Amino acid sequence: MANEAHLVRSGPVVLLVGTRKGVFILHSDADRRSWSLDGPHFLGHLAYHVVLDPRDGRTLLVASRTGHLGPSLFRSTDLGKTWLEASSPPAFPKAAEGEEGRAVHHTFWLEPGHASERDVWYAGTSPPALFRSHDAGDTWSPVSGFNDHPMWGTWTQEGDDGTPDGSLLHSINVDPRDPRHLYIGLSGGGVFESVDGGADWEPLNKGCEADFNPVPDPEYGHDPHCLRLHPLAPDVLWQQNHCGIYRMERPRGVWDRVGDNMPRAVGDIGFPIELHPRDPDTAWVFPMDGSDVWPRTSPDGRPAVYVTRDAGQSWQRRDEGLPKEKAWLTVLRQAMTVDSCDPVGVYFGTTTGEIWASPDEGGSWTCIARNLPHVFSVEVADLQP
Amino acid sequence: MKVSIPTPLHSYTRASVVEAKGATVAELLFDLERRYPGIRFRMIDEQDAIRPHMRIFVNRERIADLDESLAPDDEVQILQALSGG
Repeated sequence: MANEAHLVRSGPVVLLVGTRKGVFILHSDADRRSWSLDGPHFLGHLAYHVVLDPRDGRTLLVASRTGHLGPSLFRSTDLGKTWLEASSPPAFPKAAEGEEGRAVHHTFWLEPGHASERDVWYAGTSPPALFRSHDAGDTWSPVSGFNDHPMWGTWTQEGDDGTPDGSLLHSINVDPRDPRHLYIGLSGGGVFESVDGGADWEPLNKGCEADFNPVPDPEYGHDPHCLRLHPLAPDVLWQQNHCGIYRMERPRGVWDRVGDNMPRAVGDIGFPIELHPRDPDTAWVFPMDGSDVWPRTSPDGRPAVYVTRDAGQSWQRRDEGLPKEKAWLTVLRQAMTVDSCDPVGVYFGTTTGEIWASPDEGGSWTCIARNLPHVFSVEVADLQP
Repeated sequence: MKVSIPTPLHSYTRASVVEAKGATVAELLFDLERRYPGIRFRMIDEQDAIRPHMRIFVNRERIADLDESLAPDDEVQILQALSGG
């Protein structure tokens, strides 16, 4: 996420955790071995995503709603000591008389904009729509080039693809070379690209399977779970998809299923994918069981992170310290992240309220928090702009 | 007029009963927004629909139309229908 993430940072590390019942902040010591828990903030609120702006090291946004109140965004510039609500959270325009309007159910994804556009942020919502802020998240405007695109209803299945927690726009990626070059993921829609700052969009799904669609190699309608662009190699995209792990090189523009190189017994289904901040060939995934009725838990109850160091040609299991059996963990698409230390720290949160950390690129794992609510998201707060 | 506020919105009002004015429910909600910025969008979406778990009662009658007229001595209650876990 950070535009300067390739720079080596040192500890301590701060983790921002969004849960179904509020926000928690974990602080490490310099060695990333000892952690302390701060929170909850916004107890009882659904906190879908908690993100700190790496460009200033202080602006923190929370995408929030409660089960019963409408959505909102909260902002802090002192790491959660004080909060202010966004003056104008993401919202669709009021529909003309007689026309059916759309309403934001919740903001799901927050993304700081390009390094050259300080105070620009993007937000992805359910129903799937894109919003932009020019004032560090205080006021938001629709990106009408996507939200009102003539194909919006077709691409998004009219904004409701039946996803249990709502159809989502997620995985907003900004090309570090060009602030007008954007990628997004739609759960129930596919990957889309804009080269003009969001004014127009094109599907980018060639080669990616959609085994729930009878049409072979459809142009759109895919189900990307998490899309990542590497800041040092922005012509390489990675995707953990409903149908496997994929990698794409531009300008060729075809998704290759590098997850075919995962062990067959484990498979290549999952939600998150994370990239090494300094090595574009290294990525981590957290496989889940996509067989039968899709339990979406660790295959065979044996959780593990898998890492590739050769652009997906081979994958290695990393489970030292994780439960060896009878652990039915689920890690959602925003609930895995990496820091910029050397070696890189890898972190994930589970829907059973555990946060796991590895200070050695997945080599060994320690549970650094448990008994939290259902974890939606885990992000590293880069406090050193 | 007096308006009862449910606990999930007390972070805005810091009170369970507040004063607000308006000739209609819609005007009353905009007055609440003026006094307590941000509170309206938590209750009413951008299409002016009352959010699914919000309930607005005028003199103990549930209303669904924000254009409902109000008199100065009407009693307005905003309630929440909690569900889920």
